[in-house]
Order: sequence, then structure tokens, then C-alpha cells
Amino acid sequence: MEILDRNIILQNYVVINKNNKGDTMKIKIYLFTLIVFGAFGFNSFAQLKLNGAGATFPYVIYSKWFDEYHKKTGIEFNYQSIGSGGGIKQVIEGTVDFGASDAPMTDEQIKQVKNKQKTDILHIPTVLGAVVVTYNVKGIGKGLKLTPDILADIFLGKIKKWNDSRIKKINSGMKLPDEPIFVAHRSDGSGTTNIFTGYLTKVSKTWASKVGQGTSVRWPVGLGGKGNEGVTGIVKQTEGSVGYVELAYAEKNKLPYAALKNKAGNFVLPTFEAVSAAAAGFMKDIPEDLRVEITDADGKDSYPISGFTWILVYKNMKDKNKAKAIVDFLKWALTDGEKYAQDLYYAPLPKEVVELDKKKIAQISIK
Amino acid sequence: MPNEQNSNQQQGNIDDSVSAADTVLLKSKIGRNLGDFVFNNITRLFAFLLFVLVVLMGYMMYRQSIPAIEKFGWKFIINTDWDPVLENFGALPFIFGTIYSSIIALIIALPLSVGIAVFLTEFTPKWLEGPLSMLVELLAAIPSIVYGLFGMFVMAPWLRQVVEPVLGDHLGFIFLFQGPPYGLGMLAAALILTVMILPIITSISRDVLKSIPNSQREASYALGATKWETIKIILEGGKSGILGATLLGLGRAIGETMAVTMVIGNNPQISASLFEPGYTMASVIANEFTEATSNLYLSSLIEIALLLFILTIVLNSLARLVVWSVTKKYVKGATL
Repeated sequence: MEILDRNIILQNYVVINKNNKGDTMKIKIYLFTLIVFGAFGFNSFAQLKLNGAGATFPYVIYSKWFDEYHKKTGIEFNYQSIGSGGGIKQVIEGTVDFGASDAPMTDEQIKQVKNKQKTDILHIPTVLGAVVVTYNVKGIGKGLKLTPDILADIFLGKIKKWNDSRIKKINSGMKLPDEPIFVAHRSDGSGTTNIFTGYLTKVSKTWASKVGQGTSVRWPVGLGGKGNEGVTGIVKQTEGSVGYVELAYAEKNKLPYAALKNKAGNFVLPTFEAVSAAAAGFMKDIPEDLRVEITDADGKDSYPISGFTWILVYKNMKDKNKAKAIVDFLKWALTDGEKYAQDLYYAPLPKEVVELDKKKIAQISIK
Repeated sequence: MPNEQNSNQQQGNIDDSVSAADTVLLKSKIGRNLGDFVFNNITRLFAFLLFVLVVLMGYMMYRQSIPAIEKFGWKFIINTDWDPVLENFGALPFIFGTIYSSIIALIIALPLSVGIAVFLTEFTPKWLEGPLSMLVELLAAIPSIVYGLFGMFVMAPWLRQVVEPVLGDHLGFIFLFQGPPYGLGMLAAALILTVMILPIITSISRDVLKSIPNSQREASYALGATKWETIKIILEGGKSGILGATLLGLGRAIGETMAVTMVIGNNPQISASLFEPGYTMASVIANEFTEATSNLYLSSLIEIALLLFILTIVLNSLARLVVWSVTKKYVKGATL
């Protein structure tokens, strides 16, 4: 009897199901439409969204810009600070509308974009950043003088003590202790390391042959800290340590930083003016595509370890609305946007570079 | 059997009155146990998916590390150089750092954990056991970045100012305690790992010891054994479980990334001294993956991931084998 019951129930179920099939389908389609349009439909019609990815270094000012610009125009930006290398990869794969990098793309990478995305890539410098040499030495405040040779030899592990005769010679007024030097560097791959090692490669032959330039290098000595905050942490805690960080981290943590001897022979502290001066000092050598490293710049007031950070945009864009949005945004960022720079410890671009940028932006077109 | 036949008969009669489709449905086993059939196969699918996932992960890592494998071959494992500028990559310092830091952590954590577990099962009064166990498990719930921050800002300075100078002064003749006191380094990494693997070893060991029947303890006392002797017998009984717990802890230590990256000093060198900085496989991937732009560089990092994957599998298999062999011995001993 049990089986009989079950059978009847089964049958009934089938019958009910058959009768209702059409209706259920209708309801399902209705629900589906509702969900799809409810979740995505209205949003995507209402406002434009631009996706970007790349450098972490300019993230602070970029997010400020995106926020302000969103308030002004309603255009939304989704920027992922996954690192310059990651940004370049995404630009090559075409998964973002724009990229950002602290190091210019290589010729090989530009060729890859051409092959895969059928367009050139434009480098638009946005702000300048300075890399400072920071230290923790008892009794020594801001402005320890260092020459390129000495700096290279410290990071090569050749100068081992703070009272080394070469350091003492140029810092005659300071009482340097007889203590070992602990070198701290970035352990993660970073644009900061690229700028710093790029500078050392330019000024020291030994460095160029032994270590070289890169986002990560094989450090001859020292401890690796993760991120600017990691290096800042090591330097802050360890007496006798020396490291390199972005200016903002040294300022915010009240760490002293060195005055470096520039190409013209002056000892220069990393001020916004000195960094902008370095960029201006490179104006005569700036290539057409704006891919330039400005370490060891000419000019008597130029700070030697600084660099541009770039936004990478496609020259030919597929989407008309997005192209227009990017052009408008970049124009705004380079004029009104630059005034946020100094509060966030970035050096604004010199006027000459802004002009070059504007010419570049004018080249953006739609396929 | 007769019952079944009977019901079949009955079923046949009813079948005449219902549609043919339902007959098929009813006659087949699937129809009768549709729920079981579906459930069985769903669970089978899930188990199979897990297997597929592991194989797929291994395969994808292998495929992406082909450029590095072709370029460096087996030398990749024994090369001690890691130079992203010249693109000469070797994994040995990272393999060494991973294993060394984990082993040191295990050496410190094992007696501690077993001690805690014994205390919790054999000595702790009931009212204290709950809170204490909870505290141990709380340690496991703390995110590793918090351990990293603690290690970097609290433990490392303490190691540099207090522990390492003292160790260096008094035990400096031992190779483990030589070199300048950086604070950050192998010792810091091992200590952080110790704290991180302590809860897993402790809580599993406690469960293992608890599962040993009280009759064993009573038997031991009845034979005139002291508390200490009884605990020795209990520990003997829980050996395989504790070993399994240890290997799980080792697995966690080997894979730990964030906290270790923040305190190990990140210098790819091979040094037996605990004061010197080191580097682990997980750390180098976390550190350099985002900015690895060239293909060979990226593929070398992925090969390190592959090696880490293999290392974990080998260790886990070893763990199983050891646990099996110990269990077998114990069971044999018990039956004899």
C-alpha cells in the first residue's frame, strides 16, 4: 500500500508540474530579468566606470583625484594598486582602461601592446616622487651629507661604520659614532627600488656591474622590509641603520634624511622645489614619448633621486565615452588636480612637463 | 526474501494500472532510492572535484614554470643566486629558509604544545579547562598580519636589545648564536611561527589525549603507577595522534607567508646562525610577484610555488606514512 501511495503522489506531482511548467518558466524569466536589471542594468546606464590598475606609489594622490573627480562629474574610477608590473601586464592584456607605473614601459612591452591591442601606448607623467635616504644615528638630525660614491659604498657594504673617514670628511660639524651601519632595503619589488637602484647604477660603476637596476635586485648587504612601511619600521627601530623610502614616509614618521650631492656639486635636501627642479633640469633631454628617468639631474638645485610616475593610456580607444572621460580627467588632473600634490607629499609637475602632457593627451583618438 | 518477492509482486500489479514511464522508474534501483543515488553521486562529484582541483593546480603551475625549467633545469634547486637584474634564479636559499625556520619553530613548539595538552587533560580543574582551551584556540584565530606587526614592532626590538645580545655573549661559541643582533631574522621568524603553530598542535594533542579511555589511566593507577608514569603511558598511546598534529603544524609553518615576510629580514642567504636574516619560498613569492615583469622572472617565481606545492605534498604524505606506521605498531602492541 505504501508503494501505491507513493506512486500516486509521484504521478500527481508530475501532472502538477506539467500543468505549471509554462507559468513557472514565465515567472523564472521575469525574476531573472528583474535581478539582472536591478543589480547591473540601472547602474551601468547611469554612469561611466573606468578601470585602472598599477603603481602603489601614486595611489594616495590618485584616489584623491578619483574621489574629487567623481564628486565633480559622477564618473567612477576603479583603481587597483597592484604594483607597476601588474599594471603593465593588465595594460598589455587589455583588461583595464588605463594603467599606472613608476617605471616606463620597455620597448618590448610596448611592442606587446601593439600586437595584442593594436594600438600605441602613451606615457603621461602625473606627479613626481622623491626617494630619500633616511637613517637612525644617535645625535645626527636631518641633513647628513652624502656623496653618490659614499651612498653606493654604504649599500655595497664597503663602508661599514658611521665614523668612516669619508663620511667624516664631508660632515665635519657632526659627531659621528663608532657604530656599525645596518642597511635596510625593500624586499618587495617596487618602483621606489627601481628609482633608487637606477640612480646608483648611474653614479657608481661598481654598483652598475655588481648589482644593477631593477624593481628587485640582489642586495649585497642588509635587511629587507616589506613595503615603505617595512623599511621605515626597520630604520626607526634600529640604531645605526640606513635605508631608502619615499619622502612621505620619512616625513610622516619624523625620520631624518640626507642631503645628497647632485651633479652640479651642491648638497640638496629633498624638497618639492628641488624635485621639480630635477624634472625641469631634464627638459632639454626629454624624449618625445616622455619615457625618461630623471635621476642624477642637471641643475644646481636639483635633488638627484626622484622620478616621474606615469598613467598609461591607449592611443586608440575603442569606447568613445571612455576615451572622452579619460581625456577630460587627465586635463583636469594636470591642472586643478596638481594642487593636491604637495599636501600628499608628491612634487607637482613643472609647467613645461604639463604642456608636453597636454600635447600627448590630444593624441588620444577613437578607433 | 519472501517479503521482497511479495512486494515485487504487488508492485507488478500496480504497474499495469500506471504509465509505462513510471514503471521503468519504479522498477529500477534508481527509482526506489532516488535520494540515495543523487546524494551518493553528488558527494562523489565533490570528492572528485577536490582531486581535479589539486591536479589542475599542479599542472597550471608546471605549465607556467616551463620557461624557468627549460632555462635552469635541475640547477634551479641547487643554485644559491637570486638576481632579478641578470635573471639568474635559484631556489636553494628559499628552500633552506622555509625548512629551517619551520623546523626550529617545531622544535620549540612541540614540547610546549604537548605540555599544555597534558596539563589541560590531566591536571586542570574543570572550571579552568574551558577558558584555557579557549585561549589556546584564540591564538589560532588571530590573523597572521597581526602576528607580523607584533613581531616587527614588539618582538624584534626586544630580541635585538635583550635576547640576542645575551645569547651572543653567553652562547656565542655555538654556531646558532653568532653574528650581529639585527632583531629581524631567522630567530624572529621561528618564534612567530612557534606562536602560530602552537594552537593547532595543542588542540589536536588535547583531543587525542582526551580520547584515550579513562580505564587505561585507572588500570595504570591500579598497578601502582605514579601520575608521571601514567602520563607516560597515556602519551605513548597518543603518540600517533600527536605526531599527526605536529605534521599539521609543520604544514602550517611551511606555508605561512605574511608574518614571516615581515620579520625574517628577507635576504636570500644560507646561514645556520639564527641571528642572520633569511628568506622563505612563500615570502619571495609574496614580495616579488607583483613587480615581476619579465617572463623568465615570473616563471621562476611560479616554479618556486610549484616546489612549495610539491614540498607540502611530500611532507603531508610522509606525515600519513609516519602516522600509519606508528598506529600499526601501537595496535600490534595492544593486541599482543
